[in-house]
Amino acid sequence: MVDYPKSDTGRAPVSQKRQVISPGNNGADGSAQVALTIDGQQVNVPVGTTILEAAKQVGIHIPTLCAHHDLCVAGVCRVCVVEVEGMRTLQASCAYPVSQPMNIQTHTRKVRQARRHIIDLMLSHHYGECYACGRNNNCELQALAKEYGVDFFRFGHPEKPEHEIDNSSHSVVRDMNKCVLCRRCVRTCIDLQEVGALEAINRGDKTRIATFMDQPLASVVCINCGQCINRCPTGALRANDPTDEVWAAIDDPTKHVVIQTAPAPRAAIGECFGLPPGRALTFEMNTALRVCGFDRVFDTNFTADLTILEEGTELLLRLQKALKETSGPVALPQFTSCSPGWIKYLEHFYPEYIPNVSTAKSPQQMFGAITKTYYAKLHGIDPKDIVTVALMPCSAKKFECNRPEMVDSGFKDVDYGLTTRELAKMIQEAGIDLPNMQPSDFDEPFGTATGSGVIFGATGGVMEAALRTVIELVVGVKVENLFEHADIIPVRGMDGIRCVELKIPSVGPVPDILKPLFESWEFLNGATLKVAIAHGTANAHKVMEDIKNGGPMSQFHFIEFMGCPGGCIGGGGQPIPTSLEIRQARAKAIYGEDSSSKIRKSHENPHVLKFYKEFLTEGPCGHLSHKLLHTHYTPRGKFITP
Amino acid sequence: MIAPKNRGPMSYDTVKAEAGLTAALAKTPAEVVATLTESGLKGRGGAGFPTGLKWKFAAESQGQDKYVICNADEGEPGTFKDRFLLTDYAGLVMDGMTAGGWAIGAKHGIIYLRGEYTYMCAHLEALLQARRDKQLLGKNVGGHQGFDFDIEIRMGSGAYVCGEETALIESLEGQRGEPRNRPPFPVDTGFMDKPSIVNNVETFAYVACILVKGADWFKKTGTAKSTGLKIFSVSGDCERPGVYEFPMGITVADLLSAVGGSDAKAVQIGGASGYCAPAAEFNRTIAYEDIATGGSIIVFGQNRDMLKVAKNFLEFFVEESCGQCTPCRDGNPKLLEGVELLEKGRCSTKYLSELCSLGETMQLASKCGLGQTSANAFLSIVKHFGPDVMARTPHCAGHRKS
Ligand SMILES: Cc1cc2nc3c(=O)[nH]c(=O)nc-3n(C[C@H](O)[C@H](O)[C@H](O)COP(=O)(O)O)c2cc1C
Ligand code: SF4
Ligand code: SF4
Ligand code: SF4
Ligand code: SF4
Ligand code: FES
Repeated sequence: MVDYPKSDTGRAPVSQKRQVISPGNNGADGSAQVALTIDGQQVNVPVGTTILEAAKQVGIHIPTLCAHHDLCVAGVCRVCVVEVEGMRTLQASCAYPVSQPMNIQTHTRKVRQARRHIIDLMLSHHYGECYACGRNNNCELQALAKEYGVDFFRFGHPEKPEHEIDNSSHSVVRDMNKCVLCRRCVRTCIDLQEVGALEAINRGDKTRIATFMDQPLASVVCINCGQCINRCPTGALRANDPTDEVWAAIDDPTKHVVIQTAPAPRAAIGECFGLPPGRALTFEMNTALRVCGFDRVFDTNFTADLTILEEGTELLLRLQKALKETSGPVALPQFTSCSPGWIKYLEHFYPEYIPNVSTAKSPQQMFGAITKTYYAKLHGIDPKDIVTVALMPCSAKKFECNRPEMVDSGFKDVDYGLTTRELAKMIQEAGIDLPNMQPSDFDEPFGTATGSGVIFGATGGVMEAALRTVIELVVGVKVENLFEHADIIPVRGMDGIRCVELKIPSVGPVPDILKPLFESWEFLNGATLKVAIAHGTANAHKVMEDIKNGGPMSQFHFIEFMGCPGGCIGGGGQPIPTSLEIRQARAKAIYGEDSSSKIRKSHENPHVLKFYKEFLTEGPCGHLSHKLLHTHYTPRGKFITP
Repeated sequence: MIAPKNRGPMSYDTVKAEAGLTAALAKTPAEVVATLTESGLKGRGGAGFPTGLKWKFAAESQGQDKYVICNADEGEPGTFKDRFLLTDYAGLVMDGMTAGGWAIGAKHGIIYLRGEYTYMCAHLEALLQARRDKQLLGKNVGGHQGFDFDIEIRMGSGAYVCGEETALIESLEGQRGEPRNRPPFPVDTGFMDKPSIVNNVETFAYVACILVKGADWFKKTGTAKSTGLKIFSVSGDCERPGVYEFPMGITVADLLSAVGGSDAKAVQIGGASGYCAPAAEFNRTIAYEDIATGGSIIVFGQNRDMLKVAKNFLEFFVEESCGQCTPCRDGNPKLLEGVELLEKGRCSTKYLSELCSLGETMQLASKCGLGQTSANAFLSIVKHFGPDVMARTPHCAGHRKS
């Protein structure tokens, strides 16, 4: 068995890793139990369970603020304190793993007083008015204040802001006036994502969260993933919101406003309307978008299918070079390019591997480029009057569409990136009851997509889509013959790193569309295709280190990287809160949509084939395709000069 | 080098450096631990945890690499005894550390030296080298096959909170000096996740004395719960400030008369984080069961303004809080603001009592000893010095803040 990198979080500061509560050593098999009395109720829990978890089991809710399921324990806000018999001080229940019988009281006078004081202390530094805040009604600080009946500011309330808002980034806006120093963002950035753009600086009451040398966020190694936004309990972090500009474009009669919608938001937007996670509202949303005033509603999955053809062809070309021609080195494994968070991570931390990244643009950017060329021509619309909006689960997509090179149509290919949260706000503002909209279809010519496009939204989806296509094009047999229902189960799931090896049993004839590039598939006959999937940049980091050190993954052929844990369904623009369960529910909705799609393979999308026939006549990776659908990357490095 | 003006007689003078180590190696590790337990020695750094028990836990912890860490961060205002010990009796401290290595099965010793004591480095390094030359450090220490132990010096960088043992460990690991959650405790998950004992300089020095002179010698002074002797750093309004060794359980009055401070208005026992005792309480004892201290005694004469004293201490904590947890980070500034209102005669009794209950919250809910003790001085001064605290007249007429 080859020793592939493990997918637990790695570079977290030692201190924080240690504070992940693990079962104690009293029962190596995890069977040792401790008897607790919580508010007079008896409960037995495994050694190492936190008081917080144990209390939940007996139906007692202890308030928390700095604790988060996805993150290491911090124990810093102290709102979760409880009284333990025999202990002089109160204990933070989120950070206390039990190992001995204890008698715990969760709401004594001391506890209530402490919690109220702590909330009051936070509010005494919190500048912001709820009714003018993006987190109104979805804010953990606000909820705590309500829970504890805060009706006046015991220790005062700031009347002016203390910090300047950092608006520098296309993706993340930091308003430290609303920060309560829970440090979830710090733990997210360094531990979950292993980027480390944020850290606490200074001491005492001067403590605040800052970037390296206090530079604007746009100038540091932030990869724009927005994972910190999703975990911030308050409105201190938010995405850079272009809804005003989008409304203005809609209101402007000279503008033709088209919106492309990615798969992940559909599976999540219902959460903003009170639905449980995992209910896709794809077709209801189409209607809502038209009611909002968008002129056309397109499916990003169309360009996802296009991406598969371009990226898959690119992979085959690299493999041909590596396996057949012996001339010169080939950059393998090939890395996927559709996650802009991952791309910026690579540009900062592994710029020497830029040649490995597929030059194919992400589906969002392909869409912009063909809308302002092919679509404009098809409908006789002057591309300067087209405004392209992208509905994405992602904050990094905002940065991506503002990359200076993304103007291959002669215009800014994608004008605005909207997140799921921002679109929900627009729909609410328009008074639309989204869950109860009549379903309607996407608009042509970019309305037909396949199940392969849909699963781009979940980790492993791009890989599965690529494999479905590559296998069929190369082997010449139906994927269904190899994988039941064309579900390539081994690449699915939520493990941080997944590795799969596929032997190519035999090869078929080269299909017409690829004839300009390949004479035969003989070079692949009997080869074993090694692929991997990593999601969340902490896992990407592990894979990259393995490759860099010449480990087993350096021998791989194709690796899918997603910047966010869970892939796009866990993107930084998705509804708040997030947790593994929520991400799993969204993924389930995505795979459900794939499963019920009529066409499930990118190369069978009739509109994509038509598009090649009519427009990109040289086929995948041809000239025009290179101009419009491929791009280049910027080595950035870690050392940022102010 | 600044020598304290006055020093009393010390039991360290009766024990030769290296004798402590010889005595330790004559015993089995378990016997060393048993002797310490028997002596009743409690940590001299302030928290007063039984040293024998701490070493026992560390000895029982599984793991190859263990660490013995000497806490020489001495940052408590009014404390200078560790500096004095490291200057005059460093040999005993090193004996104690090596005995610790023997007792718990550690190979590495670290002296975490306060940044301001950098000047001491050369002196300590020379001593360490001399010990290595004599095979009292290094391989097969004292001729004991297989007992390897060496000591390195690591410098602090001036944060008071890095004296807190888990923040100290974080700092040693190169992180921000911030206290950790516990459990787990350092004896089981310490420096680099390995079992570690962190002890005060003075604790190690007494370990050496106890191993030479026996547990009974130590136990015969002090009280039942606070055995033995203790070093005090005495400063402030008294005739003979300096470093003294007194038995545990000494009354405040006796201590004051020994240093010539009998007409004091108040005594701050235990530095900024300690307790401010008014004259009426001078009959109380200094012991873990009554008024505990890491050794700092600050004497305040009749003319001292106690509100200023409280303000001075709070300014220190506002600055020195690591900023990690809410009660300490945001609570100390509120108490300081309160003192400023009191100075102006603009704090209502209602708000003052709110601040006192905030002080209680800080004591109860803060993450580490700093926040848990930073309100002590304020609370004791408000309690005992009402006239100093409440008798200010407003500078100008106006409504009081409620
Ligand atoms: C804020 C803070 C500062 C401390 N500073 C010191 C210090 O400078 N020296 C010291 O020995 N202990 C200090 N301590 C106590 C240590 O945390 C720890 O209890 C001690 O080093 C244990 O050694 P002992 O058992 O020998 O006393 C401090 C504790 C706190 C909370
Ligand atoms: S962050 Fe929360 S508490 Fe603060 S203004 Fe926004 S909604 Fe209100
Ligand atoms: S957006 Fe991502 S990389 Fe940037 S600060 Fe937030 S978590 Fe870190
Ligand atoms: S920005 Fe948000 S997540 Fe970060 S410390 Fe402040 S409140 Fe917490
Ligand atoms: S009590 Fe103060 S010093 Fe201790 S962890 Fe909290 S903020 Fe830091
Ligand atoms: S939730 Fe436990 S300390 Fe913050």
